Amino acid sequence: MDDFIAARSQMALSLGFHIVFACIGMVMPFFMAIAHFYWLKTKDPVYKNITKAWSKGVAIFFATGAVSGTVLSFELGLLWPNFMKNAGPIFGMPFSLEGTAFFIEAIALGFFLYGWDRFNPWFHWFTGVVVGVSGIVSGILVVAANSWMNSPTGFDYVKGQYLNIDPIKAMFNPAWFEQALHMSIASFAATGFAVAGVHALMIIRKKNAKFHYMAFRIAIVFAAVAAILQPLSGDISARDVAKRQPAKLAAMEAHFKTERESPLIIGGIPDTKKKKVYDAIQIPGLLSFMTYDDFNAEVTGLDRVPEKDQPPVAITHYAFQVMVGLGMLMLGLALLYFFALFKKKKWFSASWFLKLFVVATPLGFIALEAGWTVTEVGRQPWIIQGVMRTAEAVTPMPGIRFSFYLFTAVYLSLSLVVIFMLYRQIKMVSKMYDVEGVD
Amino acid sequence: MLYVVIVFLWVALLLYLLLGGADFGAGIIELFTSEDNKAKARKTMYHAIGPIWEANHMWLIIAIVFLFVGFPVIYSTMSIYLHIPLVIMLLGIIARGTAFAFRNYDAVVDNMQKLYNKIFVYSSFVTPLFLGIIAGSAVSGKIDVHATTFLSAFIFSWLNLFSVAIGFFTVALCGYTAAIYLVGETNDPAERRRFVRKALQMNIAAVVFGALVFISAGADNIPLAQWVFGNPVGIAAVAAATLSLIVLWYLIYKGRARMLRLLAGFQVTMILLTTTYKHYPNIVLLKNGEYLSLIENKGADKTIEALGWALLIGSLFILPALIYLIYSFQRKD
Ligand code: HDD
Ligand code: HEM
Ligand code: HEM
Repeated sequence: MDDFIAARSQMALSLGFHIVFACIGMVMPFFMAIAHFYWLKTKDPVYKNITKAWSKGVAIFFATGAVSGTVLSFELGLLWPNFMKNAGPIFGMPFSLEGTAFFIEAIALGFFLYGWDRFNPWFHWFTGVVVGVSGIVSGILVVAANSWMNSPTGFDYVKGQYLNIDPIKAMFNPAWFEQALHMSIASFAATGFAVAGVHALMIIRKKNAKFHYMAFRIAIVFAAVAAILQPLSGDISARDVAKRQPAKLAAMEAHFKTERESPLIIGGIPDTKKKKVYDAIQIPGLLSFMTYDDFNAEVTGLDRVPEKDQPPVAITHYAFQVMVGLGMLMLGLALLYFFALFKKKKWFSASWFLKLFVVATPLGFIALEAGWTVTEVGRQPWIIQGVMRTAEAVTPMPGIRFSFYLFTAVYLSLSLVVIFMLYRQIKMVSKMYDVEGVD
Repeated sequence: MLYVVIVFLWVALLLYLLLGGADFGAGIIELFTSEDNKAKARKTMYHAIGPIWEANHMWLIIAIVFLFVGFPVIYSTMSIYLHIPLVIMLLGIIARGTAFAFRNYDAVVDNMQKLYNKIFVYSSFVTPLFLGIIAGSAVSGKIDVHATTFLSAFIFSWLNLFSVAIGFFTVALCGYTAAIYLVGETNDPAERRRFVRKALQMNIAAVVFGALVFISAGADNIPLAQWVFGNPVGIAAVAAATLSLIVLWYLIYKGRARMLRLLAGFQVTMILLTTTYKHYPNIVLLKNGEYLSLIENKGADKTIEALGWALLIGSLFILPALIYLIYSFQRKD
């Protein structure tokens, strides 16, 4: 493996790993706050048990998210020193604000996890909410840093020099809002479906059905609402990409030729050499309409992008299809859930209904990883869109492939241990929280 | 504003050395505690550091983020030439952070605990060792930006007597602060005595490794003695640290736990002050007498300005919350 590919793979691996834990760390505190709120209001011990069981899981995820994030903050320099040397002062502002948000999150987490029966119950509840809010804020801030790489602003690039740097302008770059919105919703959808799926499985297995049923109900509401908003925000993102990164949009759509009345290409196998897509469903004019509200508008294709500035088409296209496809599936599930909620309450105990959600457990996270692949691979060969190439940014140190193998082994074993711990956590629910032997 | 940022950078470093250091030290103490007493020591430690665990390690992230936002050239130079020790330190951070969470939150308590404990104690040793090595390498003058071979660019930049001696000195210092801190966290006289003994051993280890640092500095042609004793601030700080040792041992026999902590914290502060004062603002020394100065390598003015304000406003939120956290979970006697 060549060192440059190794560096990119290591970055992708570390981010792909971190994002899972980060999302759970951002979203679970809200689920806990709801369960905790019901406990304080109703004094039903099942709610207290749900809060406690979840908070144990969150502590594990939080610690893993924190260490993988710490690794990332060093990795930016270890892998891309040349990028950081120039970009650090420009796009670093959100990172330093994020430091504050993390700090507050870590402090609040200390209060929340260790504060049972020590503080006023509502203060204790509030610290849980603070964990969630500061988690979301830090997520938004990092995404603002990432969106700067897609739409660099806040400096003048003159003869290889970065002048007139304005970090505030860089932070509020044109893409930050679209990306932060889409990402925040995605984290709720992904975590919501994952949590709901696990509890649905336990209901089917008839283990502590009341406990798992109540937990399922909390998670699924967040998941369903997010899944309905997701395509809307995705549409906003796509329009934005069309304006700021036409090459990325063309790669997402495998759109080789600039034309009016562009068709929307669904699925298919892109062939970069022949500049064609095979076996795709094409809906005439829809791409033009979706990006510019006009069936006749012209959409830039890859033919307008010099060969050396083109992103890898196949990966970007497939990843985009996966994200949108899963997004539609999740939308369907969400609508089905609301239908059941208002019209067919009895479905909630039907095993076919629950099984659907069990199957959906990983879908959100798969869509999330696919979405990041679209964003990051679709920006290639640039690390800073139109300004610096990824190849110019990489570290001069040879042998990065060994570091990549090492980190792959570490993250792989860590994932296995976390899954193992989670499995034990869920298995113990019946022993630790068996109140009144429900069902 | 530049000075606000620099002061914060120093304070973040100090707090990481103190709080994160005591945290590492707890693992080091556990490593050197006999099998029979391990379980008890672990319990005391868990109560002491559990709630502030995450917050203790934020200081490192804060420092690193300041560095890449405010002083990007320094960050990227260190990242390139100290790649290997940084990776080892990161592996230590991963292992330690996850093992700590696993051993406290695993729903089933069985043989896996043994594994978590092993990972925790060894990584508690390795992480500060390499942190020390990295810090030592920054000032050792062995980083060679004109190097032509892999060995001289990426290995000898950090693998030298001086840096390694600083690494071990850091480990001893962490163990020492942890032991002093833990003395105040237990009511059991036998355990208290054990922590006092650990504090003494770590204190001796620190003195021995401190001497080694000076000897290896001599061997590596680093004018350390001149940095430390060549200016009044250095002499005063060393004298204060040494004198306070006497007071410290007096307080231990009197059992004044809270005063003890303040004093140990004071000593660590003095040590960091002596080692950084003479260098400032050149925090990375390169081969051939070149150096990277904080002042000359600062980022864009607007960035430093914004960073300074972010720090001032951010600490308005963080410090009271942090102090309340530490206060709330102190053992009340
Ligand atoms: C649960 C996950 C999930 C789901 C169901 C969707 N997305 Fe997404 N998408 C993401 C998770 C995601 C993401 C991982 O969060 C990304 C990566 C970067 C970002 O800001 O969000 C993303 C990026 C992303 C981008 C690129 C933005 C950029 O490069 O700036 C576009 C155009 C879309 N999405 C569009 C959609 C559409 C039209 C969807 C229709 C259903 C959709 N997404 C569903
Ligand atoms: C879109 C991508 C990202 C999102 C949404 C995100 C979000 C988060 C969140 C919510 C946390 C809190 C920990 C938890 O709750 O589990 C976290 C931790 C962390 N992240 Fe990320 N992150 C992202 C990418 C990055 C990147 C690229 C870096 C570094 C350059 C980074 C650095 C960190 C650090 C240092 C921590 C540890 C903070 C702590 O100890 O609490 N993150 N991240
Ligand atoms: C957490 C969600 C993210 C995921 C899953 C992700 C994924 C990826 C992937 C797949 C690549 C490799 C692209 C390629 O080489 O073809 C990459 C590269 C990179 N990403 Fe991201 N990314 C995320 C967020 C971020 C954020 C928040 C930042 C920084 C602020 C960031 C910075 C980088 C950098 C510096 C590279 C290397 C250069 C490059 O290949 O473009 N990423 N990421």
